[in-house]
Amino acid sequence: MMLRPLACRARTPLLLVGAALAVVGCRREERRFRESPPATTPSAVRVSALQPGTMADTSHMPNPYESSAYAQSEGQRLFGWYNCAGCHANGGGGMGPPLMDDEWIYGSSPENIYNTIIQGRPNGMPSFAGKIPSPQIWQLVTYVRSLSGLTPMSGRSARTEHMNFYQGAQSMQGAQTPKNSFRPPASEFP
Amino acid sequence: MLLQAVHTQSSLDPVGPLAANTARLWWFALAVATVVYLLVIATACWALARARRRERRGELLDPGGEGRMTTGVTWSIAATVVILLVFLGYDLSVGRTLSPIPKAHPLTIEVTGHQWWWEVQYADSAVHDRFTTANEIHVPVGQPVLFLLTAADVIHSMWVPNLAGKKDLVPGYTQSFWFKADTAGTYRGQCAEFCGHQHAKMAMFIIAEPLQQYQTWVAGQRDTASTPTDSVAARGHTVFMTGTCAMCHNIEGTTAGSHAGPDLTHLASRRTIAAGTLPNTRGNLAGWIVDPQRIKPGAKMPPNQLRPSDLDALLTYLQSLK
Repeated sequence: MMLRPLACRARTPLLLVGAALAVVGCRREERRFRESPPATTPSAVRVSALQPGTMADTSHMPNPYESSAYAQSEGQRLFGWYNCAGCHANGGGGMGPPLMDDEWIYGSSPENIYNTIIQGRPNGMPSFAGKIPSPQIWQLVTYVRSLSGLTPMSGRSARTEHMNFYQGAQSMQGAQTPKNSFRPPASEFP
Repeated sequence: MLLQAVHTQSSLDPVGPLAANTARLWWFALAVATVVYLLVIATACWALARARRRERRGELLDPGGEGRMTTGVTWSIAATVVILLVFLGYDLSVGRTLSPIPKAHPLTIEVTGHQWWWEVQYADSAVHDRFTTANEIHVPVGQPVLFLLTAADVIHSMWVPNLAGKKDLVPGYTQSFWFKADTAGTYRGQCAEFCGHQHAKMAMFIIAEPLQQYQTWVAGQRDTASTPTDSVAARGHTVFMTGTCAMCHNIEGTTAGSHAGPDLTHLASRRTIAAGTLPNTRGNLAGWIVDPQRIKPGAKMPPNQLRPSDLDALLTYLQSLK
């Protein structure tokens, strides 16, 4: 009994620590169905990152759903319900521009995409102001950003039926990782 | 009022031939199981009593015990096999009465399961005679009705215990299934395959009514919605068409043509809202429109912020959709 090897003696505490880690690691994402959306709608949003003189304002309005897997899957559902796919296909683009690449004509930050949906854009993007409740627009924003890999990996589904950005998928376009959203490259300007 | 008229949702209160067969099988199984249970308990008591008696007499060994045990075990195995075979035979014969779809079925209804409501399409032969409703299925009494079942998102299961057994609704696949209601009445059905947050609040009502009454109902459902004439309802119509409602709901005869949510062409003719969750009253409708997530958390309908006067007009319009 006294000569039990160390591994044996340490087994119980190790098991306990392992179980505790497993329990802590099992935290499930909370689904908040009655969450109030951001009270303010983004108004003075810069569509261009170019500014004369010193860069004055690069702060972003945070998207409350940025890392929420549930919001993202809801966004995917709404993408179909509101017929975004009619023009953008499942992210690959068609009549409308593709959403899964890293070129953004009107900006890639959450508030830019929010405004693009609300205001509409010239040459075909309809304005959905008053047609889609604000929380749902933020869910759509989350999903649209996830298409090009701009949302945290933790919130993205490992297996979706839609096309998705993944590392190395866009080697033809300069093998870049997703763009930092507040300093877009020149290619984003038409 | 509605809930009093509804029959008890129970497989043991059958009103159709399929449910009656299933109920008979259930009663038979219960009777056999009861007899077997009583026999087993009685035998066990008898054996205990015998052992006690022997002990009092001071006998340690039972001379013929080994032989009797062999006989007993043989007989009980034989009885078990026979009972199981009887069950199997009866079960198969009941299964045979359930599966074949009657050749003459005057009515075909397509049911699509959604999270968490039922889309119901009356698929008559002529395309212009088709109409869509939700959560409430009217059927004529005494006629077999064929159902074509599919699902839009996840697997659901249609179960109206008083009329028939369960049948799954599987995305991308159409299953058929039929039943016949012998007695007029309202029968509650329920999704019987766990399908997410509001699985429990995914109910349906089968309203079996005499042919005449059924035909009147069908004629009403085929009508498109009329344009509102009074000013309040007309304003409600505008609120519906220009706001968020029209993005998901369909009203025949208007510009609202989305089929993401339940069809509202004849909303006011339905008894409940939100798949049997609430009676269809003005107050419940208002609560549902403003904050569905309080009533059915996770439901796909978003909260709607409307001005009180707009909400009032919208309710008047919705209640005019008879």
